[in-house]
Amino acid sequence: MAVRSSSGLVAYVNARLLDPATGLDAKGALLTNGETVADVGPGLFQGGVPSGIEVVDCQGHCLAPGLVDMRVQLREPGEEHKETLKSAGEAAVAGGVTSMVCLPNTTPVIDEVATVEFVARRARKIGLAKVYPYAAATKHLDGKELSEMGMLAEAGALAFTDGTRAIRNAQVMRRALGYAATFGLLIVQHPEEPSLAEGGMMSEGELATRMGLSGIPAAAEAIMLERDMRLVAITGGRYHAAHVSTAEGLDIIRKAKARGLPVTCDTAPPYFALNELAVGDYRTFAKLSPPLRSEADRQAVVAALKDGTIDAVASDHAPQDQDSKRVPFAAAEFGGVGLETLLPVTLELAHNGHLGLVEALKLITCAPAAILGLEGGRLRVGASADLVLFDPDFAWKVDAKAFRSKSKNSPFDDRPVQGVALRTVIDGRPVFLRDG
Amino acid sequence: MLLDLADGYVEQNRSLDKRKNLLRGRTVINLFFENSTRTRTSFELAGKRLGADVINMQSAGSSVQKGETLIDTAMTLNAMHLDVLVVRHPDSGAVKLLSEKVNCAVINGGDGSHEHPTQALLDALTIRRSKGKLSGLTVAICGDVLHSRVARSNIYLLNAMGASVRLIGPRTLLPSGVDRMGVEVFHDMRRGLENVDVIMMLRIQNERMRGNFIPSIREYFHFFGLDYEKLGRAKPDAVIMHPGPMNRGVEIDSDVADDVERSLIRSQVEMGVAVRMACLDMLTRHLPITEGAA
Repeated sequence: MAVRSSSGLVAYVNARLLDPATGLDAKGALLTNGETVADVGPGLFQGGVPSGIEVVDCQGHCLAPGLVDMRVQLREPGEEHKETLKSAGEAAVAGGVTSMVCLPNTTPVIDEVATVEFVARRARKIGLAKVYPYAAATKHLDGKELSEMGMLAEAGALAFTDGTRAIRNAQVMRRALGYAATFGLLIVQHPEEPSLAEGGMMSEGELATRMGLSGIPAAAEAIMLERDMRLVAITGGRYHAAHVSTAEGLDIIRKAKARGLPVTCDTAPPYFALNELAVGDYRTFAKLSPPLRSEADRQAVVAALKDGTIDAVASDHAPQDQDSKRVPFAAAEFGGVGLETLLPVTLELAHNGHLGLVEALKLITCAPAAILGLEGGRLRVGASADLVLFDPDFAWKVDAKAFRSKSKNSPFDDRPVQGVALRTVIDGRPVFLRDG
Repeated sequence: MLLDLADGYVEQNRSLDKRKNLLRGRTVINLFFENSTRTRTSFELAGKRLGADVINMQSAGSSVQKGETLIDTAMTLNAMHLDVLVVRHPDSGAVKLLSEKVNCAVINGGDGSHEHPTQALLDALTIRRSKGKLSGLTVAICGDVLHSRVARSNIYLLNAMGASVRLIGPRTLLPSGVDRMGVEVFHDMRRGLENVDVIMMLRIQNERMRGNFIPSIREYFHFFGLDYEKLGRAKPDAVIMHPGPMNRGVEIDSDVADDVERSLIRSQVEMGVAVRMACLDMLTRHLPITEGAA
């Protein structure tokens, strides 16, 4: 496929260029010089590639910016038996992800400059997908004292969140938003009223009742979002709601945006591709947080993706080992892995006619990058050459056993999907090549 | 007016004979419901140098501690026939309540997070003696505005005197609506200090540092502590003030606080006595000469 050279120049020719930031969708070529994009466009190399330049024939496949996954749990440091920076890095590049933003819920918690630097340094050394940390919004994620947001941001923390825990105390949230706004920083919330979610295992409703499992009402999301919108209004702080899953929650975000509040949100593939029926048979791999919701909620998520209420899609990658999942439903941990299914499941939005291919891609490239102030997620001359070459139509069946991720807890196991990363490039270096 | 009068008292305080008998026979009581060294001593000196009888009452050990209400205290004081009452109280508005119940002149020595007018006056005198004027100057007030009575009084006074006021601090320490008090608000200290003439640092209460308002002292000092690097953004002749007591290494770097070229912090204490003398002087001019005339 490639002709080697030593010039440091690589030409990706015969590509379908997709750049969601500009809406570009055209046949063309891209040239990288060392670590950066040197040129890109439909007209490039029309007269052939000059000698001395390494050539990659894209065979008409899609060449796009590498995916930016704005919500992953990496488990290192502290729970390396579930996932490590290396195994997550391998899973990421196999899924076309070149940048991932990790939650601070490690052990120790990422609430100190030293931990931020540890994660960044370890990830750089591994050299796979780039890792950017969120730092804790409150020390030890215990929802009481603010973390040193200013200094953590200077050390490289992209935004602040208590991860899988909601910032529960309204006064603490108000101060967190206000303090973050001092420096123009973003607060990311897990929007779920903890007192309503406590003890709940799945979405509240008929199915939970039939299964005899305690439920988490959709109102838990709405109540927290409604409260937070009011706090955003009085503080002016930037706010991002993670993995919004309910129709009511999305309505609140939609209204807040219409009022001009500095609010964004994302969802994760399970919330537009699955509903609560996936937990039937007590499938613990579909025990997620927030829980999979009703079909009406799923449809509302799709509608919100179409109308722009939802800004981005994140994998919500949450590795759990067998011992955490092969237990009775009530005892099982929440979460599913998602790095290797982010691309194909998001592409379902295009295959099902809800969004165009470029629009669907935007949700996992330039849109999350813009929310977090990352430069990636677009094809821009001079920017880092973080790229994914993918075949959007290639049909395959998810096989969790084949995942690079150390944990195999996917809610999408056995799902027939379309779309696969063929080659992933980071800083001009090929870091993943699909066999065959 | 008051500041000119205070100017005169500065000279008197610097001379060998600091006493004047203007207030002979008058009684001044310093009624302090909150610990204070600087303000109480300053008022005490001011009263004594004008020849008044000055008595200090601290709430600790007094009948207030035994549960007496503020209004009962006022009645007790009325019975003692005093002329001026200086009050410091931890609750905003308490001084006003007391002033409505006593039949003597009352000076607010600082109430809660509301006002500390003599501090603003002494700050104005300090600036005027250093810069020759107040009008047209840009003054930055930095730090814990939320809890600061000094900041509120200074905002009113400096605005009245034609200075422009900037507030600098993290959002958690700037109270809501403060932007409508005739000030410019900054969250980036380096930008806020750009070209200012005067920098007023506010005291951060250490007990408030941990937890909700601010993550840590370390972080506070990094972004909002006055050091030479940040001072470099102000005018080359910008002066530094602090109402005291200072937390060195929290809101202000020791070297900056002690810089004789830039720091007016000691001068503020000196001006405090003079300003309080001027206040006592002016207030007693309007008091009835004989008891019971009011």
